[in-house]
Amino acid sequence: MISHLPRYIFNFIFFTLIQILVLNNIQLSGYVNPYLYILFIITLPFEIPGWLLLVLGFSSGMVIDIFSNTPGMHASATVFMSFLRPYVLRIFAPRDEYQPGTIPTMGFYGISWFLRYSIILVFAHHFFLFFIEVFSLTHFFSTFLRVVSSTVFTILLIIVAQLFSQGKKQGR
Amino acid sequence: MRNFIRFIIKYHFAILFFIIEAVSLLLVLNYNAYQRSSFLSSSSTVTGGIFKRYNAGAEYLMLRDINEDLAQENAYLRSRMPESFRASRDYFNLVHDTVSKQEFIYRSARVINNSTNRRFNYITLNKGRLNGIEPEMGVISNKGAVGIVKNVSDNYSTVISIINTRLKISAKLKESGFFGSLEWDGTSYQHVYLLDIPRHANVNVGDLVVTSGYSSIFPEGVLLGNVEEVTLDKGASFYRTRVKLSVDFKNLAFVEIIGHNSRDEQIKLEKETEDD
Repeated sequence: MISHLPRYIFNFIFFTLIQILVLNNIQLSGYVNPYLYILFIITLPFEIPGWLLLVLGFSSGMVIDIFSNTPGMHASATVFMSFLRPYVLRIFAPRDEYQPGTIPTMGFYGISWFLRYSIILVFAHHFFLFFIEVFSLTHFFSTFLRVVSSTVFTILLIIVAQLFSQGKKQGR
Repeated sequence: MRNFIRFIIKYHFAILFFIIEAVSLLLVLNYNAYQRSSFLSSSSTVTGGIFKRYNAGAEYLMLRDINEDLAQENAYLRSRMPESFRASRDYFNLVHDTVSKQEFIYRSARVINNSTNRRFNYITLNKGRLNGIEPEMGVISNKGAVGIVKNVSDNYSTVISIINTRLKISAKLKESGFFGSLEWDGTSYQHVYLLDIPRHANVNVGDLVVTSGYSSIFPEGVLLGNVEEVTLDKGASFYRTRVKLSVDFKNLAFVEIIGHNSRDEQIKLEKETEDD
């Protein structure tokens, strides 16, 4: 797990910068806001202790919050997602359990497993985030539409990001 | 006691989750209080510095548009120069005397961070307290009003932009003088709504909407946009007019901050009147 450390530090900084400098400026027709930075939480190792997962979720959300003037919004959504992660992983566990030394990525467990796993987490995160943001149920369907369209877009970005990092792992 | 500790160890994941989640939600709910502490807002030195560096690069790519805007503004200002008016004895001349006093001061600033895709959009500028910027000053660009200064640190300031559902601006129709409040509904970054225009007013598509000057933040007559659609619900006594903003918030580089010299005096007088 220690050997993954530099890679995750790099991931954290890289995804945060991409989110702040590029993706926060993207807006398609007022409904689509992709949030790629949660890929950092999604791909953390299986063996990570629960408390560390929550703390990392909080800090990655908080960094985004500080840069976008929304204290607490991203942090609460990311913590919620980190909380769900162990349960979602348990539901989708393969028959012979997760192999030691692997991490939850498309390269190790295939696209269909990864899609099911990440769609649930991304949807949970976006749902929490957008409803915390409007803080009311009055525009439920317009907010829900934002959640769904943003989820689709984030998933597309996540797959593209995974395909890029997959090339390095072929030689394992 | 031992059972209690065992309980905590067994459910530490869920307990920790509730604690951290509660902290985050408290942050959300105390949003305004936390906005004031400059550490968490993008006017703080570290985050401001990063945005400034990023902006130096991004601005280079926008030079063509910026030049065009500046050239246009130059032309406009040049046309206001005394030399470009024909001297005529039949009309008044502009005389500088001590009777009139400068009321509004304009300071230029650069936009170093900006968002258009959230419900609460803020802009960060590269000038702050040391440059004489104070909260509640109006911000305009060469195309029209942009927002109001919210927080100020020594070198940076944050601005609530017009496309922020927390901001309401007093605006009026330039032609007829009827005034109402201008609000954003959180959807399109190019449109806002002018509410509270009574139904006996004459509103036409294309009418100019300008600031009313009542709030003492903006001078009177700063352009906001023009009316694009007028709707009147059945039985309603006020129009709901959709206004197309004159400022393109996606493409904002240089702005001017308006200081109002006699604002304190006006506010003090108004407060005294209310207290009576």
